[in-house]
Amino acid sequence: MDLILEPLTLSFFVRALIASTMVGVVCAVVGTYVVLRGVAFIGDAIAHAAFPGVVAAFLLAIPFYIGAAIAAVATALAIGWVTKRAGIRQDTSIGVLFAGTFALGVFMFSTINGYVADLFGFLLGNVLAIGPQDLVALLALGLGVMAIVGLLWKELLYATFDPLGAAASGIKVERLEYMFLALVALTIVISLQAVGIILVVAMLVTPAATAQMLTVRFTRLMLVAALVGIGSSVVGLYLSYWLDTASGATIVLVQTGMFLLALAFGPRGLIGRRRGGTPLPETDEAPLETPVDEVPADAPVVAPA
Amino acid sequence: METKSPSGSPSEGPSPTTAPYGHPAHQVRVLDHELSAPHAHAHADVWLSDVTAGYGDRTALEHVTLAVEPGSLLAVVGPNGAGKSTLLKLMAGLAQPWTGRIEILGAPAGREARRVAYVPQAELVDWAFPVTVEDVVMMGRFPRLGSIRRPGADDRRAVTDALAQVRMGAHRRTQVGRLSGGQRRRVFLARALAAEPDLFLLDEPVTGIDATTQELLMDLLEEQAARGKTVVATTHDLACAAQRFQQVLAINRTVVAYGPSNLVLDADVLARAYGGHLLMLEGRTVVLDDAHHHDDAPGGERHFHDRGGQR
Repeated sequence: MDLILEPLTLSFFVRALIASTMVGVVCAVVGTYVVLRGVAFIGDAIAHAAFPGVVAAFLLAIPFYIGAAIAAVATALAIGWVTKRAGIRQDTSIGVLFAGTFALGVFMFSTINGYVADLFGFLLGNVLAIGPQDLVALLALGLGVMAIVGLLWKELLYATFDPLGAAASGIKVERLEYMFLALVALTIVISLQAVGIILVVAMLVTPAATAQMLTVRFTRLMLVAALVGIGSSVVGLYLSYWLDTASGATIVLVQTGMFLLALAFGPRGLIGRRRGGTPLPETDEAPLETPVDEVPADAPVVAPA
Repeated sequence: METKSPSGSPSEGPSPTTAPYGHPAHQVRVLDHELSAPHAHAHADVWLSDVTAGYGDRTALEHVTLAVEPGSLLAVVGPNGAGKSTLLKLMAGLAQPWTGRIEILGAPAGREARRVAYVPQAELVDWAFPVTVEDVVMMGRFPRLGSIRRPGADDRRAVTDALAQVRMGAHRRTQVGRLSGGQRRRVFLARALAAEPDLFLLDEPVTGIDATTQELLMDLLEEQAARGKTVVATTHDLACAAQRFQQVLAINRTVVAYGPSNLVLDADVLARAYGGHLLMLEGRTVVLDDAHHHDDAPGGERHFHDRGGQR
């Protein structure tokens, strides 16, 4: 019990716990759309693109949030715009902007004389170092992102599943696309201190990927992803405290472990599927035709005696 | 209110046309632009005037002029690459014409979007997506809810009702990827029904499904048309177009013929619409066409070709 309660007497640990829980849940919620859209690469790109913003903020002595947010959102919108206007594939435009912006960050970084430990912290994350002001900013941004998702979840869902049907019914799909990219950018900005630029993509993708092994309903998927995000943040933070390991990496490792467990034992996972998969609901009216897999492929076959 | 009977007196309503290729033997009148055009415009749910459109630098449709009255049940037929899907997208406001004008439900295309239900081709949907049957049908209610409101009792009732109509009530909690092709089409029609639109735009609603499901879907569309709703559906199935639709629009990059199905679907019109894809065999007409090949897709569109109905 002391193992759990003792760290809570330390204010830096409590701050880190609040911050990583918030990051866990926001990343999982936004990450659900990232996974369903198949744009994990965008998350990685935007994270790297935030780096020049962080360095610029350091050079100008302004809060890193402002620099990172400007750089990340600008890159996110640029990805959307370049893909549409230049007529090139999205992964190509991402590849160009991703490497280019990160190189700009490293270039600016190399102009600074001497060792700058703070900036290295953003590459790998150190949530235990988060200050009270940064925590307030993180919570405000996190709640803002959650509020926007709460307002637009229906439209985002429709536009992700069937963009043509959604656009034809009056949903502003293109505007929503830019809004979504901006949300991903803000989510990444608030995650930078917790897990760092290099690992943030795991926070976005792994909880939703884990949930996909467990459920086929969108709302439940998002809920499970959020629980995985929160759980792994809390467990990972304690582990990193007890073992004295890097917090971001430990949280990500816990998530990866959860994913592997779900992959192996979940109802849609490797072993669960072998047992026959999720049962279809009872039917109370005769379907016009039987779905292909109404009967599990490996249902027990009555062998002739 | 105009008569919807194909045999309506020639003096009222936009008459069946094959402009400018009208064949006198069909008794199909060439649209008289001077007299009928303004009249057709004022009464049409779907109105296109000299529309040309395409993707990139490829022209898909040229000089399409068309007026579809409320309560019409219209099949759009033509070979692959004829521009059927493009025409539907123009009507849905998903594509913009290069030249010409389009008015849908009395406003520029896209303006009255909440009164329009568009159902894309099955290949354009990611069936592995984690949504259940009722989730998909509920999406039909989202536009009328707006951003703030959440689905309420009325919406759930509309979903239940739509699912009952397509006889998918028993599968409401099934993930869509586990359904057969016909069941998927039924779910998407249920989504369109739940939206309670005035105009249905359906891309290949009866392609690749069994005869029983086809009859069910056509009965439902007929019922909607009888209630004054307008239904425009592309199809590869000429038999279905002939038997179940009141009107047929034959296109091949431009309008080849438009009018009552029994007049449009004759050998001569088909020969012009399908060109080399048509084969005459001892008085019978055979269309050589592959429903699953489409060279009509614009760049950037993801097509999900089925891998056996499950993940």
